[in-house]
Amino acid sequence: MATKKQTPKTTAAAAPGWKYEPALESTDHVRFEKRYGHFIDGKFTAAKSYFGAINPATEEQLAEFGQGSAAEVDTAVKSARRGYEKYWSKLPPSERAKYLYRIARLLQEHARELAILETMNGGKPIKESRDVDLPLAAAHFFYYAGWADKLQYAFGGAQVAPLGVAGQVIPWNFPLLMAAWKIAPALACGNTVVLKAAETTPLTAMKLAEIFQEADLPPGVVNFVNGDGRTGAALVNHPDINKVAFTGSTEVGRAIQKQLAGTGKRLTLELGGKGANIIFDDAALDQAIEGIITGIFFNQGHVCCAGSRLLVQESIHDEVVRRLTHRLSTLRVGNPLDKNTDVGAINSRAQLDKIEAYLGYGVEDGAVRHAAPCPLPGRGFFVAPTFFTGVAPAHRIAADEIFGPVLSVMTFRTPEEAVAKANATPYGLSAGIWTDKGSKLFAVASQLKAGVIWGNSFNRFDATSPFGGFKESGFGREGGRQGLLPYLEVRG
Amino acid sequence: MSVHNGVVRSAYHPPAWKAVDAVAVEARAAALGTRSIKKAAKLQGLLLAVSMIDLTTLEGADTPGKVRDLCAKAMRPLPGRSDIPSTGAVCVYPPLVAVAKEALAGSGVKVAAVATYFPSGQGDLAMKLDEVRRTVEAGADEIDMVIDRRAFLMGDYAKVFDEIAATVEACGPAHLKVILETGELQTYDKVRFASQLAIDAGAHFIKTSTGKVQPAATLPVTLVMLEVIREHYFKTGKMVGMKPAGGIRTAKDALKYLVMVNETLGDAWMSPDWFRLGASVLLNDLLMQLEKERLGAYDSLRYHTLG
Repeated sequence: MATKKQTPKTTAAAAPGWKYEPALESTDHVRFEKRYGHFIDGKFTAAKSYFGAINPATEEQLAEFGQGSAAEVDTAVKSARRGYEKYWSKLPPSERAKYLYRIARLLQEHARELAILETMNGGKPIKESRDVDLPLAAAHFFYYAGWADKLQYAFGGAQVAPLGVAGQVIPWNFPLLMAAWKIAPALACGNTVVLKAAETTPLTAMKLAEIFQEADLPPGVVNFVNGDGRTGAALVNHPDINKVAFTGSTEVGRAIQKQLAGTGKRLTLELGGKGANIIFDDAALDQAIEGIITGIFFNQGHVCCAGSRLLVQESIHDEVVRRLTHRLSTLRVGNPLDKNTDVGAINSRAQLDKIEAYLGYGVEDGAVRHAAPCPLPGRGFFVAPTFFTGVAPAHRIAADEIFGPVLSVMTFRTPEEAVAKANATPYGLSAGIWTDKGSKLFAVASQLKAGVIWGNSFNRFDATSPFGGFKESGFGREGGRQGLLPYLEVRG
Repeated sequence: MSVHNGVVRSAYHPPAWKAVDAVAVEARAAALGTRSIKKAAKLQGLLLAVSMIDLTTLEGADTPGKVRDLCAKAMRPLPGRSDIPSTGAVCVYPPLVAVAKEALAGSGVKVAAVATYFPSGQGDLAMKLDEVRRTVEAGADEIDMVIDRRAFLMGDYAKVFDEIAATVEACGPAHLKVILETGELQTYDKVRFASQLAIDAGAHFIKTSTGKVQPAATLPVTLVMLEVIREHYFKTGKMVGMKPAGGIRTAKDALKYLVMVNETLGDAWMSPDWFRLGASVLLNDLLMQLEKERLGAYDSLRYHTLG
């Protein structure tokens, strides 16, 4: 500002420090039961034993859910088999489509309540459940409803047939959205479903069951069994399942694949990741900074495709770090129900402990920690969004999937080195490339071993776009035309 | 020239052309637009917005009478309500500066005037500078100049730069706001480049639009300009002001601009010294919202004066 100095006007309004008031989403109109067993054969059923699920932002219990036993899983699979044979496989495809459209519309109608419950049970900011999870969940049902009566045109005129009963196990990071990703294509292709939600986040699946009732979906077409990993194991190992779809850790995925070998069950796995977000020196830098923030702090970093390894061209490293430091200072961490919260609660105590352990490893291995200077709530599971500089590829924070708001900043000198470093991981789920030069973007993208590659964006999702991994990030695709394949027998 | 570890370095700076990603900048602007501003924060924001307005009339039909009415409104937007601040400035054409100066005497409300062949900028430099000098002599505290888009779009950036630098000089004690007319530059890349150029040439404020070209101010264009200001501040420690103008008509829009400044530049810019809103009908909407906060219900526009 040149050499002149304006004398400040003295008005009360010009007082510095404009602070936003809390803008809490009201929870008055949401309703849910104190106890849920399972949802089998179109009805809510009791369980033998129950466990509690909490709100991670308050640590208060929300409701109890059934701990699915092998017998309860068996009842659910039998119900799904009946639903398949009696109703779903008998319906003309265009009738299946009608149900899916109806479910999609009901998801939209109940979007506000579902978003609030997703935030209460999962800890994610309301603006994300409202603007991302719910619209996308509905979009997947709309999208696959459209495919239901066009399946014979999906694969070059090949005859297709459903597989039968699908057993699906989903994680806690996008509870409702993962249910939609799994259920919509399965039903569109003519299969029936038994799904197990994660034990920390089963609430919205129960609300989804209510929507299925409201949509008058025939009994047994979708069944939910609640419970922990033991219930999941009973489900995937049930002899009358035709297909298993699992999203979760690479460790569990590997165990499932071993168990399924030789059973004839189809399998798709969507596992871990350690995504590289590559920033070239000709990138639109201010927008790249937003992409870095979205890449790692979206959903508290509980995202399998998170951009957790930042690869910055060395010539702009300092500039990126300075901007990142500034941007970190404007992040709003706190009550997930506040409409202005950017980063919410960590999903569970166990996950918080894991993240905190890695924050320790980062420093121990010699990296420099930069934490957001924001205040954290006194209770609930919260951690300050963090990035590390001075990270070497050998550090644990650079190699392991942390599944939290922790970013490792590393450098490269040339596109070749960027590609080499990005691919130097057992994972291969996602990557981002930031450059203003289109030819470079496509040249680099074609060399990356990752299932999803974003150009000048990150963590953007669309029902029409296939999502899935390379290498230890799994196999099979969800979304798009490719997302039909795991649920169909293609007969040439 | 500078010295690093005993080695003399030249003062060479690489070119300042930096890209803007249109999709991402629009997404960020939209995301900031979802902030929920309630209660005390809303009240404070509405008052702040009033104090940041450059209450503007730029019509061929403007007369001393019209300008005096506007000045009265600028000084006391709601007569009898001392809690509501005056606007930042009144913005008029040069021949009406003296009238505004007299009407606003002692109020603290600045007189801003458009100059340099506003709005087209199609005139020769000597005549532009002469107009600026006369306008400052007539009492203008602030000059809103337009850049020469003809030169800019022909790629004659040096001419644009020199003209701004000469206008800063001609302004003397007055502050200079440089209007880029972003609606004619069209791409965010050009907006970014023009912003940097204007700041390098000595602009005290950069401003989006004349209000005579559509689109005028938009949130994404403003974000791009604020990011250039931020970068300049990081590099030099010097602050530059920002003025979006044209098309900001509602209190809700004004609050979105304040959120954007707050989260892009921070507290230091949250004052009429560093942020202005070029507007006319906006003021009445802000006043209606302020009355709604006080009364709990919207009152009729018939209780608010024109202008």
